[in-house]
Amino acid sequence: MPPPSIYRINPIRDLAFAIEFMKEPVGHHSPGLQRILHVFRGEPLTDKYVLVTVTPHKKWQLARLSGERGKPLRRLDTFYSCLKEAERDVFRRRWKEATGQELVLPQQAEI
Amino acid sequence: MLTITGYPDRIYARPGDTIRFMVSCESEITYRADLVRIICGDDNPDGPGYKEEELQSDINADYQGRKQHIHAGSYVSVSDARPLRALDSFTVQAFIWPTTPLKGKQALISKWDAASNSGFALIIDETGSLAIDIGGNGAIERVSVGAPLQLKRWYRVGAAYDAASGTVRIFQIPMLAVPDIADGGTKEQRLGVRMGSNRAALLFAAMPGDKPSGLDFYYNGKIDGPVITSRALGEGDCEALIGQTPQRLAFDIVGRWDFSKRMDSQIACDLSVNRLDGKVVNFPTRAMTGWNWTGEIMNYNEDPSQWGAIHFHDDDVYDAGWESDFAFTVPAELKSGIYAARLRGGGDEEHVWFTVGPAPDEESEIALLLPIASYMAYGNDRLGMDGGGAELLNDILNVINPHEIFLNDHVEYGGSLYDAHSDGSGICYSSRLRPLVNMRPKRQGTLGGFGGSKLWQFAADTHITDWLEAKNFKYDVLTDDELHDRGYQILAPYKVLITGTHPEYWSTEMWDAFDAFRQRGGRIMYLGGDGWYWRIAYHPEFPGIVELRRTESGVRAWPAAPGEYYQSFDRRQGGLWSRLGRAPHGLVGVGFAAQGFDISSYYKRLPDSYKPEAQFVFEDVDDEKIGDFGLIGGGAAGLEVDRSGGELGTPPNALILAKSENHTNTYLMVPEEFLETAPGLGAEEHVNARADMVFFTMPNNGAVFSVGSISWAGSLSHNGYQNNVSQITENVLNRFLDSSPFTAD
Ligand SMILES: [Fe+2]
Repeated sequence: MPPPSIYRINPIRDLAFAIEFMKEPVGHHSPGLQRILHVFRGEPLTDKYVLVTVTPHKKWQLARLSGERGKPLRRLDTFYSCLKEAERDVFRRRWKEATGQELVLPQQAEI
Repeated sequence: MLTITGYPDRIYARPGDTIRFMVSCESEITYRADLVRIICGDDNPDGPGYKEEELQSDINADYQGRKQHIHAGSYVSVSDARPLRALDSFTVQAFIWPTTPLKGKQALISKWDAASNSGFALIIDETGSLAIDIGGNGAIERVSVGAPLQLKRWYRVGAAYDAASGTVRIFQIPMLAVPDIADGGTKEQRLGVRMGSNRAALLFAAMPGDKPSGLDFYYNGKIDGPVITSRALGEGDCEALIGQTPQRLAFDIVGRWDFSKRMDSQIACDLSVNRLDGKVVNFPTRAMTGWNWTGEIMNYNEDPSQWGAIHFHDDDVYDAGWESDFAFTVPAELKSGIYAARLRGGGDEEHVWFTVGPAPDEESEIALLLPIASYMAYGNDRLGMDGGGAELLNDILNVINPHEIFLNDHVEYGGSLYDAHSDGSGICYSSRLRPLVNMRPKRQGTLGGFGGSKLWQFAADTHITDWLEAKNFKYDVLTDDELHDRGYQILAPYKVLITGTHPEYWSTEMWDAFDAFRQRGGRIMYLGGDGWYWRIAYHPEFPGIVELRRTESGVRAWPAAPGEYYQSFDRRQGGLWSRLGRAPHGLVGVGFAAQGFDISSYYKRLPDSYKPEAQFVFEDVDDEKIGDFGLIGGGAAGLEVDRSGGELGTPPNALILAKSENHTNTYLMVPEEFLETAPGLGAEEHVNARADMVFFTMPNNGAVFSVGSISWAGSLSHNGYQNNVSQITENVLNRFLDSSPFTAD
């Protein structure tokens, strides 16, 4: 696995890409959004966010990997019934972890 | 949670054959077994739905389940014998290349009886240094060199024990010493204990312990050229044992094992007069470069003596070796298909599946060839939890399923050819004689795309069986395993051969048999992507295990090390078929071009598709866009996609009927397609990151139709099987069943 991205997310300059992600979390992304996702999705395995299937095709639970084979993942008390909603929620969490700030979207960008 | 896992002793059968089922239950439950025929292994509510047919059988019954263990960890076992038992004074020596020196106690060479604590064990101790335990009269004494071994460097190590004086001398000599690193030394010590003899086996890379196997302290790393003598030798004599045995020491040799001999076997050859051949257990990696590899030759066949190392791993596994719970003999009237012993109990369900081929002379006109070797390659993959960059690669969150959590809890079930051993080295052997818990109906895979059915390999291939049934085609199910074993003769009766969705791994024998079908008038529908990519080898003697060397180039989960490009099973160079002079483009018109695992896309028709000779393909298809729907990533062109190219070997008579477009930028070109690093390797910019739909005719009235996409089959059932992907597939299949020659009319 490649080393984590060294790009540092700037909560002001990169806000537009966060808005783009919230509109469509999966599929084509602008280069600016791709750069952010390389940071988020390229996080090391330790404590990496994953989804755990609760009911196939219907319900998923947020969890964090141990990063070590044989050590269990840690389930969090967050459940989703939509994979895109899960993508958005994890994006928000990672945004906060990376920038120290909540992701606040401008009013008109809310979805 | 998984509570039942199992595996069959054979994966393909014909009427009259008997299959044994090995089952383990996590707790002592009663489970129910029923014979079923699997039709559609997809339980996605947006798809055709899960379909299996329950059948009458004498295996249908309740069974008492019990836990059966898998004993992972490879080693060599030399049975106890008089010359070993008689050892009083001795010297033991070997070259080692440790990969996890700081893992904790690891046994290198042991003759140890755990009950009486007698014998000796040359080990790497908890500090990472060479040490020896000598046991006798209930007491154990340890002598350690006290200098940690360095990772992945060669050492000559050993111990000389003189019973008369009660002294032991141990040594750890780096083959390439470096300044300021104290990783060598010699220690001589008089012991209080006197070594007791025992009847234990002589083991390399393990020793008796408390694991369910009765062994423990499995070693990670290479061992080369172990030797044992019947007296304590001085350093000069130990050094003299390198290479040819000097005459003065000839009578001292008790055993001298040369792992470069019979590398395709599971025998560790003793070249001494005692002939104490050992048994190699759990398939550690053979044909590994030894301490004396010069780098001047790359092919071990030219001088095997430079490949005297075996690389042992504490998580190697071959045959789980479970006791069978029941057996099934295929009745004569059972039609060809995918069958399973469906096991239910403890809230869990397991399908121990196998294929049934037709009885002789009962063949249909259509054969579906399931790519078992590729299932084995991906079997028990750990890509979602510890495989590395899956989320980055896929640009979607990893979705972890119960079977993946089970695998994480059960390291001993082994990994796939995409995983690493616990010491970080790539797994290059994979066996189906253990439960491959991801190759099951309904079970989703990390690489199955965003949302949708998210199936990969076996379960995804049932989209094809489902479609064949829905369209009322009569077909047989064959396997590449059988093709490897029995060759072209099993294909000869068929008019049309349909592949699975991802037939990536091919042995040379499989390739040749498949090509014979193609050359002799067979008609082929390649309904998948990334086919014929890696060469593999089957073991000549041991069933159900394949070997892969990820050499030189290609999309690689791990790299084969320099000098380790030749397969131990069949002596051939491993790697990409395209680097071995046989590009898939020449075989089926297309070859692996790009991969991405988020959303799939669609094809657009090209001018060739309007040519008269291609008209049969698009009968009743009005659309320009093909497959902008589907259960795998939402489109017919996706996951791993193949392109055509005359420069890569696509036959000049090939019609390029359609190509995919609008892939996301996570679809990146495969590395063998570019030389210089340069930007623009994603599908939003790179013209070659695409799937091509190709048709061409072959001599003797043969023909090939290829879609070059893994996700194609996931689109077949859309809209009640009424859609352009289904129509095209049906048109081609009907035309291929019609033996008349291909003419532009
Ligand atoms: Fe693949």
